[in-house]
Amino acid sequence: MFEITEKIELAHTVYQFKIKAPLIAKKRKAGQFVVLRMNEQGERIPLTIVDSDEKEGTITIIVQEVGKSTALLGDMGKGDMILDVVGPLGRPTHIENFGIAVCVGGGIGTAPVLPIAKALKAAGNKVVSIIGARTKSLLILEREMRAVSGELHLTTDDGSYGHHGFVTQVLQNLINEGMKIGFVVGIGPIPMMRAVSNVTKPYNILTMVSLNPIMVDGTGMCGACRVTIAGKNRFVCVDGPEFNGHEVNFDELILRNRSYLKEEKTAMEEFTYHEGEKCYERCDK
Amino acid sequence: MDPKETKERMKIPRQSMAEQDPKERVRNFYEVPYGYSAEQAIEEAKRCIQCKKPLCVGGCPVNIDIPWFIRLMSEGKFVEAARKIKETNGLPAVCGRVCPQEDQCEKVCIVGKKAEPVSIGRLERFAADFEREHGEITIPEIPKWSGKKVAVVGAGPAGLTVAGDLVKKGHKVTVFEALHTAGGVLMYGIPEFRLPKKIVQSEVEYLKRMGVDIVVNAVIGKLETIDELLSNGYGAVFVGSGAGLPNFMSIPGENLSGVYSANEYLTRVNLMKAYQFPEFDTPVIRGRKVVVFGGGNTAMDSARTALRLCPEQVTIVYRRSREEMPARIEEIHHGEEEGLKFQLLASPKSFIGDRDGKVTGVECLRMELGEPDESGRRRPVEIKGSEFLMEADVAIIAIGNGANPLIPQTTPDIKVNKWGNITVNMDTGRTSKKGVFSGGDIVRGGATVILAMGDGRKAADSIHEYLTSGVW
Ligand SMILES: Cc1cc2nc3c(=O)[nH]c(=O)nc-3n(C[C@H](O)[C@H](O)[C@H](O)COP(=O)(O)OP(=O)(O)OC[C@H]3O[C@@H](n4cnc5c(N)ncnc54)[C@H](O)[C@@H]3O)c2cc1C
Ligand SMILES: Cc1cc2nc3c(=O)[nH]c(=O)nc-3n(C[C@H](O)[C@H](O)[C@H](O)COP(=O)(O)OP(=O)(O)OC[C@H]3O[C@@H](n4cnc5c(N)ncnc54)[C@H](O)[C@@H]3O)c2cc1C
Ligand code: SF4
Ligand code: SF4
Ligand code: FES
Repeated sequence: MFEITEKIELAHTVYQFKIKAPLIAKKRKAGQFVVLRMNEQGERIPLTIVDSDEKEGTITIIVQEVGKSTALLGDMGKGDMILDVVGPLGRPTHIENFGIAVCVGGGIGTAPVLPIAKALKAAGNKVVSIIGARTKSLLILEREMRAVSGELHLTTDDGSYGHHGFVTQVLQNLINEGMKIGFVVGIGPIPMMRAVSNVTKPYNILTMVSLNPIMVDGTGMCGACRVTIAGKNRFVCVDGPEFNGHEVNFDELILRNRSYLKEEKTAMEEFTYHEGEKCYERCDK
Repeated sequence: MDPKETKERMKIPRQSMAEQDPKERVRNFYEVPYGYSAEQAIEEAKRCIQCKKPLCVGGCPVNIDIPWFIRLMSEGKFVEAARKIKETNGLPAVCGRVCPQEDQCEKVCIVGKKAEPVSIGRLERFAADFEREHGEITIPEIPKWSGKKVAVVGAGPAGLTVAGDLVKKGHKVTVFEALHTAGGVLMYGIPEFRLPKKIVQSEVEYLKRMGVDIVVNAVIGKLETIDELLSNGYGAVFVGSGAGLPNFMSIPGENLSGVYSANEYLTRVNLMKAYQFPEFDTPVIRGRKVVVFGGGNTAMDSARTALRLCPEQVTIVYRRSREEMPARIEEIHHGEEEGLKFQLLASPKSFIGDRDGKVTGVECLRMELGEPDESGRRRPVEIKGSEFLMEADVAIIAIGNGANPLIPQTTPDIKVNKWGNITVNMDTGRTSKKGVFSGGDIVRGGATVILAMGDGRKAADSIHEYLTSGVW
């Protein structure tokens, strides 16, 4: 059992948790993730480790409610126990001094970008960050990202805050303005990661993306997380989660992630139905 | 035994074991065979002629004293029989169910030369079940702590055997398991209807009661490396991490949704209980037309699992003929009774999908058998131009596993062969790294429960020797 020691609401349906897991806290590196199972009936879901505090023995995760398991977690609070937390899984991000490193975060994707930005800065890079969201209230980690970035650009799809438009437009502008970019990391919804990769490809800028396929075990045993990278089958949980964006078959990943749409809907409906009042609360927000 | 009695005993027919009706059982996940009654067990035990030089013992990888335990059973002393078995086999209720007995102990049973062999496996199962169900399980006496600690990586049959043997020798043992439950393939692979999970869990409980510490959610190599374990006070490490990493076929369309590895399919259904979705949160696609590729136990388990999820049809596609199928005959027979179809001498060429990326069919080629290959089985050769289409909304690939790279990646001084399996001295289980032992599927590639346990037994002996002598 793993205790939740802190919960902060970052935006509507987006929460930050601290979880007591001393061994993981000691071991984890930027780019790695944990697999959680909330209860006996629960499924195993992967979430990126955003930060850790070795002294406190805690790891930080940021989660967006998108379905039943994440909603279950979203309903938990300080003092509650999570049944299983496994990690740190996946390979750490490859960090070196690239000169100028651009960190692009879209929506909840800013969460996994943060530890990478920190590590890049620590390695001597000039960190330029671009973070975006659909609308101002969904933009997370502005303060934290500002603290690690030499330059921070904000975007919203609806223009409610920062640049009106997509993160990729800002990235394209930086390139057009002649910025000598050595490395780009882009994390967010799959279409956004594909778009970032498409922007950098003509300039041959090394671009890493963090893939989020459906996983089961997270240890290489099942193959659920396989994606086609440069024409080859790779397992994201042991070979990734980060890959060269110019080599990823994004279309396949999008389709595979839609495998259980019907079942996910059933699970969510049953869940909110059983929740009674809570359901209305959620709709009101 | 005097010749007259031997003759009498040889006349007793092999006792059959009652089973759930096939029509009923394809609609549930309950165990298929019911097991013997006490009367049947005694009757079957009487069929053993108590050989002076029992060949059966040599056929069992852990050398259970078979005639001895069977004699106890013929006298109705079931609990004593179970204890006798447990002297050499820590998981009798499991082995009695899943051992390929027909290729091991029963294959060489002398009675089998004239009639059907003694049902050693079923008797073993009965004894273990009797002991458990009658609350007769007692904990052996544990010697005083030796002062040594041993770490075991992986709670499959190999690791659990090592753990059990070493606590009985007075060492402290911690088992680290990557998943949230101990048992390895016994929990995530072999289905409930063949091996009820509560049996596996009661064996695990037994080990815990003996003092074995089991830490779940611990992926060694990631959370802690083997070197860290060795420097954190563990005198020796046993690696029983099993065969991970499922093989795929590298054919077009393999990543369409609805195409599963057997590991994923079985893990979803067994470990995560997807057959009880939505009470349990993990889903699995319930196919209308399910096609399973492969001819081993894993293929049969996947197919029979699929049969229980209300499909129209489940078909096994295997590239050789029935004679070459590595699955147990009993399982093939069970599958057929349950309505399983076979498409033999066929091999997939590509998967076909719809606009949403869901699999809708598979194009196959017919095969014929050519010259024998290294394995001694005749090599399948494709017949040019014999393509045909099979409808499929779920496809399961059960063509074996490669070695999981997590341990070798993080501990490069453990030598592996070209397939990534850890190389050991087969007599001692020693790896190339001082203080590290290994056994089971990570060494052998895919093998059997009892071979993994046999490896565990040998390794435990040599770990004990190493810990006491300090000599590598
Ligand atoms: C390496 C990795 C890191 C991730 N990090 C984060 C993070 O830091 N914060 C965050 O909010 N989300 C993260 N995710 C995504 C998160 O795992 C999914 O949102 C979550 O599993 C959805 O579960 P659900 O039951 O709430 O939703 P569901 O209703 O089950 O599914 C909603 C969508 O989530 C995806 N999904 C479903 N099940 C899984 C699964 N078992 N594994 C992965 N994706 C799934 C599918 O695309 C699905 O359409 C990460 C995913 C991966 C692979
Ligand atoms: C579907 C299926 C059906 C089978 N049917 C039969 C049968 O009927 N009869 C038979 O005799 N055999 C059968 N087998 C084969 C048999 O199950 C295996 O040979 C046996 O389980 C191997 O035991 P093991 O202890 O080596 O490994 P496993 O049972 O694979 O256990 C290894 C354990 O180690 C854990 N692990 C892996 N890496 C790490 C790590 N880095 N850190 C911590 N833990 C880790 C895994 O999660 C797993 O729990 C079957 C196999 C399958 C897949
Ligand atoms: S453990 Fe297996 S091989 Fe040994 S006696 Fe029992 S069934 Fe036979
Ligand atoms: S070989 Fe057969 S008959 Fe002889 S002791 Fe073994 S089980 Fe009994
Ligand atoms: S999640 Fe099972 S292999 Fe990656």
